[in-house]
Amino acid sequence: MSKLDSKVPKGPLADKWSHYKSHANLVNPSNKRKLDIIIVGTGLAGASAAASLGEMGFQVKVFCYQDSPRRAHSIAAQGGINASKNYQNDGDSVYRLFYDTIKGGDYRAREANVHRLAEVSGPIIDQCVAQGVPFARDYGGLLDNRSFGGAQVSRTFYARGQTGQQLLLGAYGALSRQIEKGNVKLYERHDMMDLVMIDGKARGIIARNLVTGELERFFGHAVALATGGYGNVFFLSTNAMGSNGSAVWQVYKKGAFFGNPCFTQIHPTCIPVHGDYQSKLTLMSESLRNDGRIWVPKNKEDAEKLRHGKLKAKEIKEEDRDYYLERRYPAFGNLVPRDVASRAAKERCDAGYGVGETGLAVFLDFSESIARLGRNVIEERYGNLFQMYEKIVDDNPYEMPMMIYPAVHYTMGGLWVDYELQSTIPGLFVMGEANFSDHGANRLGASALMQGLADGYFVLPYTIQNYLSNEIRTPRLKTDLPEFEKTEKEVKDRIDKLMNIKGKNSVDYFHKQLGKIMWDYVGMARNETGLKKGIELIIALREEFWKDVLVPGTTAGVNTELEKALRVADFLELGELMAMDALNRNESCGGHFREEFQTDEGEALRNDDTYKYVACWEFKGNSQHELHKEALDYEFIEVKQRNYK
Amino acid sequence: MDLTLKIWKQKDSKSKGRFETYKVKNISPNCSFLEMLDILNEQLIYKGDEPVVFDHDCREGICGMCSLYINGRPHGPDKAITVCQMHMRNFHDGQTVIIEPWRSRAFPVIRDLMVDRSAFDKIIQAGGYTSINTGGAQDANAILIPKVDADMAMDAAACIGCGSCVAACKNSSAMLFVSAKVSQLALLPQGKAEAFERVQKMVETMDKLGFGNCTNTFACEAECPKEIKSWNIAKMNREFIAAKMCSEKRKEANFAG
Ligand code: FES
Repeated sequence: MSKLDSKVPKGPLADKWSHYKSHANLVNPSNKRKLDIIIVGTGLAGASAAASLGEMGFQVKVFCYQDSPRRAHSIAAQGGINASKNYQNDGDSVYRLFYDTIKGGDYRAREANVHRLAEVSGPIIDQCVAQGVPFARDYGGLLDNRSFGGAQVSRTFYARGQTGQQLLLGAYGALSRQIEKGNVKLYERHDMMDLVMIDGKARGIIARNLVTGELERFFGHAVALATGGYGNVFFLSTNAMGSNGSAVWQVYKKGAFFGNPCFTQIHPTCIPVHGDYQSKLTLMSESLRNDGRIWVPKNKEDAEKLRHGKLKAKEIKEEDRDYYLERRYPAFGNLVPRDVASRAAKERCDAGYGVGETGLAVFLDFSESIARLGRNVIEERYGNLFQMYEKIVDDNPYEMPMMIYPAVHYTMGGLWVDYELQSTIPGLFVMGEANFSDHGANRLGASALMQGLADGYFVLPYTIQNYLSNEIRTPRLKTDLPEFEKTEKEVKDRIDKLMNIKGKNSVDYFHKQLGKIMWDYVGMARNETGLKKGIELIIALREEFWKDVLVPGTTAGVNTELEKALRVADFLELGELMAMDALNRNESCGGHFREEFQTDEGEALRNDDTYKYVACWEFKGNSQHELHKEALDYEFIEVKQRNYK
Repeated sequence: MDLTLKIWKQKDSKSKGRFETYKVKNISPNCSFLEMLDILNEQLIYKGDEPVVFDHDCREGICGMCSLYINGRPHGPDKAITVCQMHMRNFHDGQTVIIEPWRSRAFPVIRDLMVDRSAFDKIIQAGGYTSINTGGAQDANAILIPKVDADMAMDAAACIGCGSCVAACKNSSAMLFVSAKVSQLALLPQGKAEAFERVQKMVETMDKLGFGNCTNTFACEAECPKEIKSWNIAKMNREFIAAKMCSEKRKEANFAG
């Protein structure tokens, strides 16, 4: 398949990126001014790319659906950002970070991309410090590190429990500087509706102005998406309310391939669900697993009593507690990767040892750390997280162990991109969580921030030039060209169709049902029968949606229900593709767990002979998707069974 | 619990607004305030009305998008928390709850409870950053930063830009917001090179955008969901005066040299 050329440079792994950089085509300064780049999304990837390209002299247009670029959901990342600085002298290196990431991803990521990610991890920290990001420091004034799941070194840099916020505000500052200089034009409260293609290339977008309700046309010599993940297909997730998969889905329908859509990360440490009015789930940073120990009672009777409030966690004796992660995985203990920790929690709860009112929770206990380190140390490390927990749950985690349960958090799958972050549509680039590239079947903690900033600061600004160097003769195209008209008309028709259904049920009604189908059949554990059932249910729900959804108001002015309806309409299609992909992949790997494929001990059983590939889906019309495969050849590392024991 | 809600409704920035009264029933104390509004909105949609429009996104107290003025207080009755994290256990059965948008000349209403806070972005654009380009930064550990400075910078940097300080202030002053950024960067060696220019440009922009003056009542500090401290304002004032004096001197010195 010629379309699936990964464009990985030849040569030794460690030289690929520097070789690429020295040989890729550049655009000279006077031509940069004549080239327009559209960037959709202002999270870590989008903001950093827009800032860097603006600094280089390109004319950038940047879009976000929020009222300010500073609010993108990268801001909510708590724990930290990985970099192989080896400041702690514990033997870290670029190779180790690369290796841990490939292994953590269960050998389903592309070697060359991941190595590049590890290479640029160090410069990211340098860049952020120079921007005034207040990372945590030790008493000597040097940067502090903590350890995170899936690693045996301390390579995670952090700014209290608000690392994502601080990194994003750094990138937002850099972006703001370019806006002030006029190199970047900001379009806030704008939602991308569709991609405009001219002669087979990405040439612009149609966006909806969320204040006026009008459709607007924008031209770009290239378009880059940094629109995040699609975890909200599950309705309940740790994503922001507005996080959506629509930009990604619309370009998929225009011909961009979708890589590994079924790879979803279920984060082990979230606050458990408490009622059907619940609108989102709150994450408790994985860093808590550094000092917290996870357990459930050894005896079912105790679990029963806990559920009915007849017993308190503190009253259960040490010998009656099952620290199941430490028991099953002595080498990594509470710091096993996320997929392993999540599944182990589900296993205990399904077996009847779960706690909390619903029985769908496990304990995360700090009593030992508090005794060992003192309350003030724990407070300094996690104070704001403890406070957040207390506000939401109304329980004091210094006194009582926290209760946690896994929740949908991140999607490793995304638009397929080559080494240059270009999709199968020429001129359409994809960064950050929106692409599929670096995390394989499971992402390690503190690696999302690293990837977002790597793509935005250090990768895309180079690779996009290689494409744009051939575009210097393309003038700025007018947006009254027929292609713009036609695409805008399609968008308008879609909106009118939704508005005119005037059915009986609200958008949330459908979204909640979709979420339940996804969680039950395409969630943490999947099987063939369930997936087939899930697909049927999604199709039926989608038909019902298009007959019966009720979108109040008009298309003019602010209409938040219309915004939601457009997003849910796309989720109703994307969910089906996720299930199809999960059904196709007859193996368990990383976050994708197929019940039919597990070892005797209940660990994921990969099938490297048949499935060592990226599943790349191509849209072929309503409910029709064609599978292409990008083989994953591991040239430089040995593929092994993951072992955290 | 059952509640009576009096909510500000306004079609767009040009229309006149008014209070509407709604009732919600059987609200769980474990429900968040915004989830209570979701329940109200579902009710309205099913009745054939339009829902109440309000800004929100992360619903975990960090994006700064939610912005409701509840019973006369930004983000409602609980301390040190955004409205999206505030739970209904802070209210009691039968209570009347008045919900308004942020009120400030610099934050015009877009619709209902949604306001335009782009003035904050403009202030940051005026200088809330260090002027360095991507690439070429020196090693992150090359400059030692005393832990207390890093910690204080972090305290200031925790601002989420929600605008509650402006909403809380009788003069609609943005001093707490602006000073948090000014002092974060002034505390760190990386921000020092431009500290004087920064404070002058940011304060000038703030004044131009229609924010009021600070009269030291510190309602901003009391209502800030992230507990940003008013010492930042003191620090900014010091920076501002030093900048005024110093920039003249520096210019002279440069000409002389
Ligand atoms: S919605 Fe993000 S802070 Fe409240």
